[in-house]
Amino acid sequence: MASALEPAVGTEEIAESPVLEVRGLTKTYSVGRLGRHKTVRALSDIDLTVEKGEVLGLVGESGSGKTTFIRTVIQLDRPTAGEIRVQGGEALPKRPSARRLREHRRQVQMIFQDPYSSLDALHTVSYSVTRPLRAFGIVPRSAQRKAVEELFNQVGLVPAGDFLDRHPYELSGGQRQRVGVARALAARPALLLADEPTSMLDVSIRLSIMNLLLELRRSNSLSLVFVTHDLAGAYYMSDRIAIMYAGHLLEIGPSSEVMGDPRHPYTQLLRRAAPDPEGDFGRDTQFDAQGDPPDLTSLPPGCPFAPRCPSVRGECRTTLPEWREIGAGHRVRCVLYGPAGDGRLGTALAQTPV
Amino acid sequence: MEIEELTVGYGWVGRPVVTAVRGVNLAIDAGEVVGIAGESGCGKTTLALAATGLLDPPGRILSGSARYQGTDLVSLSPQERRALRLSEISMVFQASMNVLNPVMRIRDQFLDGMAAHGVRSSEEARARAEETFDLVKIPRRFFDAHPHQLSGGMRQRAVIALALVLRPKLLFLDEPTTALDVVVQRSILQSLNDLRRELGFGVVFITHDLSLLVEIADRIAIMYAGAIVEEAAARELYKKPCHPYTRALMSSFPPLGGTRRQLEGISGQPPDMRRLPAGCSFSPRCPEVIAGTCEIIDPPSIRVDGGHVVVCHLYSEKEARVG
Amino acid sequence: MSPRALLANRRAAVGAAILGFFVLVALLAPYIAPHSPTGWDYDPALPMSAKHLLGTNTNGQDIFSQLVWGTRASLTVGFLSGAVICLVQLVMGVFSGYVGGWIDTGLSTVTNVFLVLPGLPLLIILAAYVKGGGTIVLVAVITITGWAWGARVLRSQAIALRDRPFVEAARISGESRWHIVVAHIVPNMLGIMTANFFGAALFAILAEAGLEFIGLGDPSAVTWGTMLYWAQQIQAPLQGMWVWLLAPGACILLVGTALGLLNFAIDEIANPNLRRN
Repeated sequence: MASALEPAVGTEEIAESPVLEVRGLTKTYSVGRLGRHKTVRALSDIDLTVEKGEVLGLVGESGSGKTTFIRTVIQLDRPTAGEIRVQGGEALPKRPSARRLREHRRQVQMIFQDPYSSLDALHTVSYSVTRPLRAFGIVPRSAQRKAVEELFNQVGLVPAGDFLDRHPYELSGGQRQRVGVARALAARPALLLADEPTSMLDVSIRLSIMNLLLELRRSNSLSLVFVTHDLAGAYYMSDRIAIMYAGHLLEIGPSSEVMGDPRHPYTQLLRRAAPDPEGDFGRDTQFDAQGDPPDLTSLPPGCPFAPRCPSVRGECRTTLPEWREIGAGHRVRCVLYGPAGDGRLGTALAQTPV
Repeated sequence: MEIEELTVGYGWVGRPVVTAVRGVNLAIDAGEVVGIAGESGCGKTTLALAATGLLDPPGRILSGSARYQGTDLVSLSPQERRALRLSEISMVFQASMNVLNPVMRIRDQFLDGMAAHGVRSSEEARARAEETFDLVKIPRRFFDAHPHQLSGGMRQRAVIALALVLRPKLLFLDEPTTALDVVVQRSILQSLNDLRRELGFGVVFITHDLSLLVEIADRIAIMYAGAIVEEAAARELYKKPCHPYTRALMSSFPPLGGTRRQLEGISGQPPDMRRLPAGCSFSPRCPEVIAGTCEIIDPPSIRVDGGHVVVCHLYSEKEARVG
Repeated sequence: MSPRALLANRRAAVGAAILGFFVLVALLAPYIAPHSPTGWDYDPALPMSAKHLLGTNTNGQDIFSQLVWGTRASLTVGFLSGAVICLVQLVMGVFSGYVGGWIDTGLSTVTNVFLVLPGLPLLIILAAYVKGGGTIVLVAVITITGWAWGARVLRSQAIALRDRPFVEAARISGESRWHIVVAHIVPNMLGIMTANFFGAALFAILAEAGLEFIGLGDPSAVTWGTMLYWAQQIQAPLQGMWVWLLAPGACILLVGTALGLLNFAIDEIANPNLRRN
């Protein structure tokens, strides 16, 4: 059976520009009252590429910057520094005009986390889906209702006629989330950014939404950035997984490699912490994630994970490690892995704590 | 604790009673971890509230019993139930890190709770509380702090400490770690497990996260539409899930490794507790439904193996599987 | 928030009933008032009788007819001012709060300046300056002194709404700023804006009556405030003509109470935290 888990046909052969290219993306903002300002470093120097037709899983805990990342990509928040390029076009300017923003959002759309608050309760669901059709000029006015029907069919809200004139409170959480997907699809984007789209849904509904997104990726040649804190969900959905911590990207590679053989100590920690029915609960009696979650207002210099890393070395505390290639498309930002200037795979150095 | 045929409903003036828990039977032994898994609306929280005597109107226990060390809690007066709470049976609610009073220091909330149970001397109370803090791995200096000064994980540990300070014999936990990051969750559950081994209390762990339960529970009961549809030892349930709902629920949790395959999940809508179908409540969504039987006759409770019970027409006592 | 919900609340029902009564009187003034309000034809200082329900004043005018026509005048100024104030607050509060940035900084500074200006003295000074200028001018004066506080309330509400996911979703759906304010922000603030309107109308009616009472309105107009003014000028109580003073006073009191009740009730309905039961 052709599984929806397979990437869209033809993406390997054709060398097209990546659907998203991010260089040096940084976001800081200040909090606090007059005289007691603190700077929150939500994102630090992120370099990321999303290829056409791929699903990239962006995994991290709260405060990792994963949501900030997609918010800056879609310009709900303005980045402090860095370049964002969509489909090989020009990088977004520092202060994009309204027209440029609209152009941008024609190509990049977003699905929100909370199906209960991401739809205006005072309007029908078809209103919420019609607005982008109108604003982006996708179809002429006369064809709008039909277009909304088609979108509803695509996301599984069938028969569409039953749902068009309902209000959000008449729909279940899963149905509302499907409306959210339809709204994002209305712009006919090339890239979908999904902000933990299943975390507020019931367990049995989560899978159907994930499958829907995978199916849409196939049928609409979409690319998808799937933000989540759930490692299992990321593994199910993604071709590649990127691990974020305290606003930094720490490891990125094919899902099977990142999950099957996690290299970065933080990735290993996440993997061990995730609920695993195959695992034995008593196995990890030394699981004691020392240290507190990172404080984004006072990140130490060097690797942000250093205070908690069981394999930390002296240099980790002072300098941020370079990216090291350790496999095909698998790279890690950790001193434990030797440089691979000549393309050889790096080897893991001894992992005993210092 | 022994829960027998417990039926709980919610009733408002002028409206028919909605049954949230239907004839639940469950036994919890000292020192064991019993997991109750199910999705929202299945009645697991109501079950816990009823069993701990914390059910407020419009909820009320319609029939059945919940026996703690021989005494039926349902028959006790509210004062007697309150006396048992915290000192014998304790509960940690969902998102209870928000249950701490934000304007009171943590120590005052502890001392209040303990005073209500006869621990008068504040030195003794403080000593006991600080001991419990050590057990749940919170630095003692947080004892005098306000809740907002602690992180979410710390607050949850504090709430667990509060629940354990009088060394109850039975602890109910309702989604205690759902709002927390996975690393913090693992850490807290580890501490809880260590405590359980040391102090010997029984635990009822309620959650929708079945993968987690398979790891941490001794036995698991699966709830659907207010009733238990399957119960078995955790490993056994994982290896041989019998009820179609259990199987479907399990397949809703993607694995962390192995070859990536497409999973199907559960079709249909969750049940409307006000209008449950006749016969088996899962029949409208069941991929293995037996037409003519499942939608008419209530499914029997079948003992498949040792401690493994399933409530389904697909099974009979004689053979492992029918139909 | 439906009309049904409104009427189910007792406070709202009472307020609406009283206000409705007065609005009806104002609308049907020509048919209800038995005599001309300004005619000097009658004997002065008559007591209450069948012909003159509330008697006549010292100018020989029928008090009851004055009261009825005064209802129309007072309510017109009240509601008109309330409406204009709401419009100003829409821009200075709602729009400003939503767009943020420099525009918001500028507009809210203006709002804060107006908040700091002492309202009552300003009202009196402005009214004295344009003395006798007519309804439009009166509405303008009342608006200038009455818009600032409500604008601040609406602004903070708009700011809270701005960060809600459905508003952010509207932004990335390509909606223009104004469309978002009109289609998403305002409808979700309707409760508080309506309550605000009633508060503004209350302020307007009291301000108008107050100004006229101290002689800064148009004394030849027939409003509750001017009735009070004349009654006070003539020292009506000393002459035993209580009705002349009490009747318009009671009307102001009743309408004020009605508006206040509606204000609270809508606030309660819109904000469930405030509900009593």
